[in-house]
Amino acid sequence: MTTEATVRSPALDVERLRADFPILQRRVAGRQLVYLDSAATTQKPAPVLRAVDAYYATSNANVHRGVHALASEATDLYERARQRVARFIDAPAEGIVFLRNTTEALNLVASSYARELLTSGDRVVLSVMEHHSNLVPWQLAAERAGLQLAYLDIDDSGRLDLAGLDELLAPPTKLLSLVHMSNVLGTVNDIKSIAARAHAAGVLVAVDAAQSVPHSTVSLRDLDVDFLAFSGHKMCGPMGAGVLWARPELLERMPPFLGGGSMISRVTLERTTWNTVPHKFEAGTPDVAGAVGLHAACDYIDSIGRSAIREHERGLTRHLLDVLDEVGDVTVYGPRDADAQGGVVSFNVGDVHPHDVGTILDRSAIAVRAGHHCAQPLMRRLGVAATVRASVYLYNTHSEIDSLGAALGDVKRIFKVG
Amino acid sequence: MDYDEIVAVGFTPVDDDLYREIILDHYRNPRHKQALPAADRTVAANNPLCGDEIDLMLQLDGEGIRAVAFEGRGCSISQASASMLCEAVTGMRIGDAEALAERFRAMLQGSSADPGDIGDLEALQGVRAYPVRVKCATLAWNALLEALHQDNAEEQRDST
Ligand SMILES: Cc1ncc(COP(=O)(O)O)c(C=O)c1O
Repeated sequence: MTTEATVRSPALDVERLRADFPILQRRVAGRQLVYLDSAATTQKPAPVLRAVDAYYATSNANVHRGVHALASEATDLYERARQRVARFIDAPAEGIVFLRNTTEALNLVASSYARELLTSGDRVVLSVMEHHSNLVPWQLAAERAGLQLAYLDIDDSGRLDLAGLDELLAPPTKLLSLVHMSNVLGTVNDIKSIAARAHAAGVLVAVDAAQSVPHSTVSLRDLDVDFLAFSGHKMCGPMGAGVLWARPELLERMPPFLGGGSMISRVTLERTTWNTVPHKFEAGTPDVAGAVGLHAACDYIDSIGRSAIREHERGLTRHLLDVLDEVGDVTVYGPRDADAQGGVVSFNVGDVHPHDVGTILDRSAIAVRAGHHCAQPLMRRLGVAATVRASVYLYNTHSEIDSLGAALGDVKRIFKVG
Repeated sequence: MDYDEIVAVGFTPVDDDLYREIILDHYRNPRHKQALPAADRTVAANNPLCGDEIDLMLQLDGEGIRAVAFEGRGCSISQASASMLCEAVTGMRIGDAEALAERFRAMLQGSSADPGDIGDLEALQGVRAYPVRVKCATLAWNALLEALHQDNAEEQRDST
């Protein structure tokens, strides 16, 4: 089948890729599923599903303990996954800590770094566009350790307002934690130059890369940040496999996050010494199958190429913005510029509540997110209670965006908008 | 584990009877949406999923509901349901209002889809097909029951 999509987006062969995702064949409400909610979680391709299955079917055993053959295979697979993920983000592997998700990774930094190693009166800088997972852990740490929090604002096009950055980076600021790509606005922040300014001021930089790592080439060596968090489930991997990368020398200085098995070197009833990094931060039995699946996800994404994925998404985003324009009476939040944002577009239709929009789209088997997107302070800043969000990935087509446009026409008709 | 039980396979027409005219009318032109300074009871109810907020205010009069009003914001289902509630229970005896609220909730959540004669409220029956939206429709009714029970609880406390 030669669709318009493959003609307009030669960056990748979307029909061939779609065949890798079993769930995309399924029907909802009697119609072909149109999945436009990849910013929440992406669908999983067959090679990832097979890797998880194969791990349990052939090599399952607990890792880093036991001398039998399966234990050593499982350990090998787990450590290979660590190497693979490090290569995926162009970072040294000793800095990779496997955790459940971005949220857990940011909590680890807020707890073991900010709460433990910063002192009362120190300042941590965030922004108003953060996901709750890059807000609440810092609020908790601030309360416990007497830290101050300050926030970068956004401008009317949903970009970070950096006018006051140098002032905010001045003492007593010790750490800046920012989202790389907003899960609401799609805005991509220029982390590399912000990090350079922060480091010049002696401020460490943490990055919530949940939305950037899956969709574009992210190189740690290039960004030169100190902490980076992301989730495997947003990049074709299984749920439960998340990643923190941190500079190994910082991990050395940080006290453990959780205590238990695997993270220790020697335990007596009086005193315990810690395992080497990154194992010091991986207490208990890890999600080995998740790590193996994430390894397969890295291979899958790199077999397509992240610049091809970015190109494809740029085309889809441009089309999405055009279609929303054609629908009419639609308010779009964010840059509205496919070159300045990733494949995420938030909008409202007239004054229709986003959940009513979501329900009507659902009847056409179109899956979007409707709500506050775990970013209530950003909603308040935008002056809305909630938005509808369509987000795309490597498997979406232009004709799916057209279906969204048609269904938004139903919304306008039912609610008599315009 | 039986997947087939939870996987939605049926066909839903785009224009089913969820967004009936009367619901949209109550949403656009809500009745009794105002402050009620003489209220004896106010219950604030929230539905975090939709961000629906309803403050339900009741003025009681012995065994009866003398006046009822609401303020709030949210999706069409939550706001229309609150508006219809206010119309339905104004002037009702407390016991009858409780019974109506229970029948309404049973219509949306319970095993019995037939609520008997509930007048215009029957229009909200379409919500039954949308499990995630049932909370929107029942929000104001839960607030009503809470307000009425609060009253009972206090009376019981008074009498002991
Ligand atoms: C920007 C951003 N940060 C953090 C998260 C949290 O990710 P997770 O739920 O996998 O911890 C998400 C996803 O929901 C996100 O989009």
